[in-house]
Amino acid sequence: MNVLMTGVGGQGIILASDVLSEVMMRHGCDVKKSEIHGMAQRGGSVMSHVRFSDHVFSPLIPYGSCDILLSFEELETARYMPYLNGSTRIIINRFRLSPPTVIAGKETYPDITPLLREKTNNVHLVDGSALAMELGNPRGVNVVLLGTLSTLLEPAETLWIETISDMLPAKIRAANIEGFKRGAQLNVQ
Amino acid sequence: MVFFYPKGRREKAMKKILSGNEAIARGAYEAGVSFAAAYPGTPSTEILETISREYQAIHSEWTPNEKVALEVAVGASYAGARALAIMKHVGVNVAADPLMTLPYTLVRGGIVLISADDPELFSSQNEQDNRHYARFAKIAMLEPSSSQEAKDFTKEAFRVSEEYGTPVMVRTTTRISHSMGIVELGEAEERKDPSLERHPAEWVMLPANARRRHPVIEDRVVALKKLANTIPMNRVEMSERGLGIISSGVAYQYAKEAFPKASFLKLGMPYPFPDEMVREFASQVKELWVVEELDPFMEEMVKALGISCHGKDRIPMCGELNPDIIRAAISGEPVLKPVPAALPGRPPSMCPGCPHRSMLYALRRNKCFIAGDIGCYTLGFLPPLDAIDTCLCMGAGINHAHGMSKVFGPGREKLAAVIGDSTFYHSGITGLLNLAYNRGAAVIVILDNRTTAMTGSQNHPGTGVTIGGDKTTSLDLEGLVKALGIEWVRTINPYGVKNARAVVKEALEYDGPAVIISKAPCVLLKTRAVPGTPLAVDHDKCTGCKVCISIGCPALEFKDEKAHINDVCVGCSVCAELCPAGAIGGDV
Ligand SMILES: Cc1ncc(C[n+]2csc(CCOP(=O)(O)OP(=O)(O)O)c2C)c(N)n1
Repeated sequence: MNVLMTGVGGQGIILASDVLSEVMMRHGCDVKKSEIHGMAQRGGSVMSHVRFSDHVFSPLIPYGSCDILLSFEELETARYMPYLNGSTRIIINRFRLSPPTVIAGKETYPDITPLLREKTNNVHLVDGSALAMELGNPRGVNVVLLGTLSTLLEPAETLWIETISDMLPAKIRAANIEGFKRGAQLNVQ
Repeated sequence: MVFFYPKGRREKAMKKILSGNEAIARGAYEAGVSFAAAYPGTPSTEILETISREYQAIHSEWTPNEKVALEVAVGASYAGARALAIMKHVGVNVAADPLMTLPYTLVRGGIVLISADDPELFSSQNEQDNRHYARFAKIAMLEPSSSQEAKDFTKEAFRVSEEYGTPVMVRTTTRISHSMGIVELGEAEERKDPSLERHPAEWVMLPANARRRHPVIEDRVVALKKLANTIPMNRVEMSERGLGIISSGVAYQYAKEAFPKASFLKLGMPYPFPDEMVREFASQVKELWVVEELDPFMEEMVKALGISCHGKDRIPMCGELNPDIIRAAISGEPVLKPVPAALPGRPPSMCPGCPHRSMLYALRRNKCFIAGDIGCYTLGFLPPLDAIDTCLCMGAGINHAHGMSKVFGPGREKLAAVIGDSTFYHSGITGLLNLAYNRGAAVIVILDNRTTAMTGSQNHPGTGVTIGGDKTTSLDLEGLVKALGIEWVRTINPYGVKNARAVVKEALEYDGPAVIISKAPCVLLKTRAVPGTPLAVDHDKCTGCKVCISIGCPALEFKDEKAHINDVCVGCSVCAELCPAGAIGGDV
């Protein structure tokens, strides 16, 4: 199983992919994950590959082999087309962060759904950011989207919640578990 | 990854998901290492950070540069302790002087060098392949291909180091250092008690001694070659014999992914090269490939055995590999290079409120040639600032300006150089000493943002704090500059941009070496000197002149013929000071 998470710096993608990896390890899978950090900064593109199965070789997902693309930001979804195939399930969080050239008025923010639909019909837009905001925890959008993702994966809700409890500091634990549960109710079937 | 396991639980978790870097730190801990030193550099930085945070039994320290890191580690090893020196690939160039003679000397405690290479240049100035250093220095080299191996090989490196009396290099790449995988944790070995011994014949590398030690190295390489032929980390995975692949590091994982049914010779210890194993493997497969990132390091050694094989005739020499590139190369299809989507990009830029921005602006407005260096300020290269003219390696900028000043002679060109504080301590001091000694005429700006920002805010000798957070002596930068022989020195607050411009002008008029210390903490530090609240533009006053836009701050936008300030603004006020219409302020 190959999950690609994309978005922009500051959205908590690294933590989300850490939680997913930990859950899958506890579920009994071999897990590898890869992302590039270094020059990562607020507002830069972020991508994380998470792979799990009986045995994983490459930490990178081969092209055309992404099973689920979970995107935290609309435009970023379309940057990774080579990884998609006809049955990739794409979940897009409804959220736009304008890149510098758009801010400067030199380019417009593109509509990416037609682009994606050329590859697959499995494109679902969800209101993760709005839900996180509604729950009074805008930074918790990563855990909300993990909730949504969890409905497509094997591990039971209890394992997810136990893992989140273990990995997050006590202060923000309850709010994130609430966010996870509500995220799981967003429909992506 | 920091885990917040309930008390008592963490110790019991014997399987953990770790990055390659965290796994190396764990390996050092399990190997009973006493001493670890490093200078930060992507992708190696998290190794020492993890050691300092999680394994406090190991003494850890940031050193001013990589040469110091290796030499202090050697001192610890001479005292009988196990010691680790950690650096990015180009750091080994800085440490190359001790590295080349170290193999001549006697090893007491195991001494291991971690070299973290950066194929694809995610965050580096070049793509050099440091496996060549192992052959150059004639030392053993191990190359992990997963987090588990990163931990295991680090431990094994210390065993080999002590058993064979050799420094050992563990070579990782960005994909190994920054990828995560499951690691089985083990117990820590007991740390060795240090003891003082004298071995002048083996430690004082005078010609007479070194001449006697050289054959020791040559014999050792022979012994290590024998080891390479039997060590379990070099292994044959025999399967279908039509295709045989020799590989190491992350390239092995990619090749396995692409050709799971092929036969493999997987080398965890590619140097010294296991000739016999390679001959045997080659004789059993029909078509032989060597799959490796960057240079044909193993391929050339295969060919030197008189064995023909494929490799860099099809597999790219530049950039990192992936399963698709390898699949295409071996199956004879055109090698895939996906075209980047035609979408607006998100290039890196200096942060809103970064103190480097106004200083670079002040230099650019004075129309100088700006020799640059490596750090966040190198991003000043980008438009609209367009204020960096060279970037070669750490510490080079001051020297570029000096060399130019000598060939141009006095007064002909306006020459400046910028250098960050961490880079100045790393390798700028000697350049400034030369500038003073040989009386170059250039303006040197030390961008003192009180941290090593580029690599994620590490402390350094100028911050007065160690890696562990302890207070230590804090360097007097202005005093140091004067002691080097510079008479014209000014320390300024760069947020006062008009003053900065005037001071640069004055320095350029001075006939001789001049230093400006541009002092203000990085905006990502708690000690930052900006209010943190956004300014706003009074649109009745804004004339749309775009002076504010010319500093290239991500907080400034221009639409409908007016400037706008967005919510990433931290209120540094540089744009407000520059605005000729006085349209920018706090409460508009
Ligand atoms: C020999 C070498 N070691 C390490 C690095 C990685 N590196 C690049 S710049 C830099 C230091 C940046 O700090 P500073 O000069 O203070 O500038 P800042 O980023 O804070 O503006 C480091 C560690 C390198 N490029 N070369």
